[in-house]
Amino acid sequence: MAKIVVVTSGKGGVGKTTTSASFATGLAMRGHKTVVIDFDVGLRNLDLIMNCERRVVYDLINVIKEEATLKQALIKDKRCDNLFILPASQTRDKDTLTMEGVQRVLNELAHDFDMIVCDSPAGIERGALMALYFADEAIVVTNPEVSSVRDSDRILGILQSKSLRAETGEEPIKEHLLLTRYDPTRVSTGQMLSVEDVQEILAIPLLGVIPESKTVLHASNEGVPVIWNAESAAGAAYSDAVARFLGEQIEHRFITEKKGFFKRMFGGGSK
Amino acid sequence: MPMQELAKESSPENNGPCLQLKGSLLTLTVLELRHYEFEQFNKELAQLVKQAPNFFSQTPVVLSLEKFISTEIPMDFIEVVQICQEYGLHPVAIKGGNEEQQMAAIMAGLPRMPSSGKNKSAEDSIPIIAPENYIHSKIIRHPIRSGQQIYAAQSDLIVLGPVSAGAEILADGNIHVYGPLRGRALAGVKGDTQSFIFCHKLEAELLSIAGHYKVSEDLRDQHWGEAISASLNGNQLSITKI
Repeated sequence: MAKIVVVTSGKGGVGKTTTSASFATGLAMRGHKTVVIDFDVGLRNLDLIMNCERRVVYDLINVIKEEATLKQALIKDKRCDNLFILPASQTRDKDTLTMEGVQRVLNELAHDFDMIVCDSPAGIERGALMALYFADEAIVVTNPEVSSVRDSDRILGILQSKSLRAETGEEPIKEHLLLTRYDPTRVSTGQMLSVEDVQEILAIPLLGVIPESKTVLHASNEGVPVIWNAESAAGAAYSDAVARFLGEQIEHRFITEKKGFFKRMFGGGSK
Repeated sequence: MPMQELAKESSPENNGPCLQLKGSLLTLTVLELRHYEFEQFNKELAQLVKQAPNFFSQTPVVLSLEKFISTEIPMDFIEVVQICQEYGLHPVAIKGGNEEQQMAAIMAGLPRMPSSGKNKSAEDSIPIIAPENYIHSKIIRHPIRSGQQIYAAQSDLIVLGPVSAGAEILADGNIHVYGPLRGRALAGVKGDTQSFIFCHKLEAELLSIAGHYKVSEDLRDQHWGEAISASLNGNQLSITKI
């Protein structure tokens, strides 16, 4: 039985697509046959971050409209054998996503894959609702700032009221909090909400904290999901998050300020 | 043709029983008499009515003699009823009293109600009456998120978890939040001024009881972040630490 995981946030620009790319890659690296679907119809991005934009022929909408088969539309990742990408259409709009169509595609994918990662568009409109409707688990990507937390809260409410699991009264969608663009230095100076602040408001389990890092932007531009960069803090943090998602107990890193040589020598940065 | 059929159908109902006895639990105001002299009774009642004139219009009351200090002079219930009615109170029965007083009351058209307390007859009557009038509180066991709205019609609302900023909870009765209250809470939305709001941590955007409200800005200087109860003090919403 395939597990459907939606990566969602409500707010735009918090790192959903970056997370979807790295998370799906991480699952595949650990041996799970994984497909990642771009639900952001009209604003296709995932293929860029996964560096497969030059190989897109058919897309999700083509499959929904039965203009192409899944086999034709799925793009195999170049680095990882277990990973496939189902890109979004750039020319259509989100209204072409029908519930029956999405369900049919997901059912078909469930035969061949262990993990189905749905990269949700921002907002709470049709695209976002379709991405989360059939989900078993949700990764709520949140930046440590008030408006992002508020939007995540809104999305959590929708997960628990407008999803298939909510409507049929099944066990609710399992929620995970992923804090991205976290900067411990700015937290300690009070410019950013802390992990505890965010958790206090959202009250869901913490899957991971991805530190703010230039490597992430660089990786996106290169089209290599940051999780491949195991030396980088962001890459390591994504690996940890994937491991935790799969049930491993790993202590959280990158939450406190990293003290440099001088700071340690002179005791600076204590507050 | 349809008219005839209709008449036929309705005729058995007209021949059915015209009355039915039903048990019911009603809330009545009890006027407790401790002793009685015409002058003093009249004066005290006038004062009471002056304080809350709206409360005493066409209000049925039960006269309680349970704490009455008996005197030699027999009770003049007709006089008591007259005074009461002048002020909008309508005695419908008495409670307690000795045999003599009960007889006098019956003569004045006031039957005796079973006394409250732990006597057997009162206990027996509870199970029959209670289920018909009892409305269970609405209980929510999950966090209420931004954008969600929960309404408890004709009952209390109990939330076991946080109420997020941007969420709204409403009840015809009281509201209990066993967690932080960060959204909007409106109790007594049908106008029950006796409603309360309780929460473990006050961080609300708005508190309202029977339409009298305070917004976050006005709430911040008093017990912000603490466990509180909110109730109406006249027209003023007052917050008390619990």
